[in-house]
Amino acid sequence: MMDFIEGLGSSTRTSFNKLGRATFFLGQTVSGIMSVLLRPGLLLKQLYSVGVMSFLIITISGLFVGMVLGLQGYYTLSDFGAEETLGVMVAASLVRELGPVVSALLFAGRAGSALTAEIGLMKATEQLSGMEMMAIDPVKRIITPRFLAGLISMPLLAGLFSAVGIIGGQIVGSGLLGVDEGAYWSQMQASIDFYDDIVNGVIKSIVFGFVASWIALFEGYDAIPTSEGVSRATTRTVVNSAFSILGLDFILTALMFGDH
Amino acid sequence: MNNRISDQDSLVSVRDLTFSRGNKKIFDDISLDFQRGKVTAIMGPSGTGKTTMLKLIGGQLFPDKGTVLVDGQNVHQLRRADLYTLRKRLGMLFQSGALLTDMSVFDNVAFPLREHTQLPESMIRTLVLMKLQAVGLRGASQLMPNELSGGMARRVALARAIALDPMMIMYDEPFTGQDPISMGVLVHLIKSLNTILGLTSIIVSHDVHDTMAIADYIYVLSGGKIVGQGSPKEIQESDSEWVQQFMTGAADGPVHFHYPAKDYVDDLMSSGKRY
Amino acid sequence: MQHTRNQDTLVGLFVAAGIAGLFFLAMHVSNLSSFSDEDSYIVTAKFENSGGLKVKSPVSAAGVKIGKVTSITFDPKTYKSVVELSINSKYNTLPDDTTASVFTAGLLGEQYVNLEPGGSDTYLKKGGEIEITQSAIILEKAIGQFLFKSAAEEKK
Repeated sequence: MMDFIEGLGSSTRTSFNKLGRATFFLGQTVSGIMSVLLRPGLLLKQLYSVGVMSFLIITISGLFVGMVLGLQGYYTLSDFGAEETLGVMVAASLVRELGPVVSALLFAGRAGSALTAEIGLMKATEQLSGMEMMAIDPVKRIITPRFLAGLISMPLLAGLFSAVGIIGGQIVGSGLLGVDEGAYWSQMQASIDFYDDIVNGVIKSIVFGFVASWIALFEGYDAIPTSEGVSRATTRTVVNSAFSILGLDFILTALMFGDH
Repeated sequence: MNNRISDQDSLVSVRDLTFSRGNKKIFDDISLDFQRGKVTAIMGPSGTGKTTMLKLIGGQLFPDKGTVLVDGQNVHQLRRADLYTLRKRLGMLFQSGALLTDMSVFDNVAFPLREHTQLPESMIRTLVLMKLQAVGLRGASQLMPNELSGGMARRVALARAIALDPMMIMYDEPFTGQDPISMGVLVHLIKSLNTILGLTSIIVSHDVHDTMAIADYIYVLSGGKIVGQGSPKEIQESDSEWVQQFMTGAADGPVHFHYPAKDYVDDLMSSGKRY
Repeated sequence: MQHTRNQDTLVGLFVAAGIAGLFFLAMHVSNLSSFSDEDSYIVTAKFENSGGLKVKSPVSAAGVKIGKVTSITFDPKTYKSVVELSINSKYNTLPDDTTASVFTAGLLGEQYVNLEPGGSDTYLKKGGEIEITQSAIILEKAIGQFLFKSAAEEKK
């Protein structure tokens, strides 16, 4: 029993310790933003590896998620004779929830794990240390551009995901199942509110992008510089990002959509 | 040990340094001096914290006690900006080379120049080619680091380390894992760079033969203490049992072949339960 | 340098596609394009019971959406539900004897305010009040009444 209490105490201490390091790391990262903005080339390169490389997986997944929503929504709604509201259902689920959440999960799996592995390996091969000895701050030079790229890419990817998904839902709904196309769009437009749904969805995706990039970069930077350490860090990135994204989604949803 | 270097000619002086990692004392109250324009070697078996010493000099690690003066400045009391200014004048060659893997050889050598200077691209090109020529790898400038052999990677890293014309270069195990030819090339390079550029060099190594060949002064470390110091000749003639074991590579001596363990027979007879 | 230019182009395409996606969501999926709050006017209607009406429930006339509910409050003096309707300024010719009723779209659909224009020559103005209202049908109440009635008929 005492062992258990002691174990609890020491794991609390290590988690707080890690949280502290992560917060300090975030501070350093954010303080480098100005200098990165002065050198857009660095940012562009990372937008390429973070954003462009996730483009395909996001659009394809978005299309399929939208098509499945169209199919499932149709089966459920047609029981009530409410097929006309298919557009609303597809758009609301995508814009409010699935767009930001699923694209963030995919982002953590695709870009986040790659970032952790990259940074972890740079640490293991002394590249970060080497940079420090060349009087170049590795956080500003390496971490901040990647962080910013994640922050910028995420809402764009989530927007793409939702847009492609809504089109996918329309293809299935009105193309295959015969829902009136006009009703699909007009019902959607009548029910989806720009500020409440779209803007909140974008805010969600920015928050998720922030958290997923932060976790990925910190896990890489904090990784034990061995091959095992890096692989563990990569796993932790995916697991911790998924937990944080889903947990935050609950909190944000409660805050944003709770009052009506 | 009569020729202790006086403080005036030493570029780096380490005083009463204590550093521990966990409960293990890596350095226990030791003092070293690295003379200007000379090649000074730190030798010792693996795990004596030779690399740690370089990181302490470079200000990447903080000592528990003691001071490290580099060119008169106390490294661990400098503000971050001043430390970075100082580091621009220090080159360090990592064991792995630490080349940036997403850049070509040329861009790797150009990296510190591009980060720290506002020089036009044409001048950077000239400088980079000059540095690469010095290490004999001008022809490899467009290769990526993963296309280089270990020895070539270290030479590129050396070209990068001298890119900003530093006053001192620290070599971390430059000879480890090299074939005889690359080894010969590196030994030659370190020696010639030191004389031509008037650099101060610190070499951390456990390679007795080649270090003896180029070092002007040698410190032998073990168990956190200096067990021997002097010119290569003095070291060779040292009457310290320990130094002799290290130099000749005898399997047993003051440094035991066996990791500390309980009695062999007892261990074999015991149940094998973890304790 | 070919490599970087290629990369720039792809990043450009990515950012453009992302922004296009967001723009599509804003203009084509949401109500941003249909009308905004500036070009609308507000009238109030007092209902005995506004039922399941919510803020942002649609306001329609002859089946066409012409506005939305902006607030629902309880008037402690008249014990009525005061509903503010924001109506698109395009539709500024509603007569002042328009009837407002709370209807349900379909059996399970959401509730909305239906406006039935009367025959008056004067139009509803900004801040005006719709005087003729018909409350929401509360299903439980209706069923209760129906059962009560049929029970009474059976007794006869």
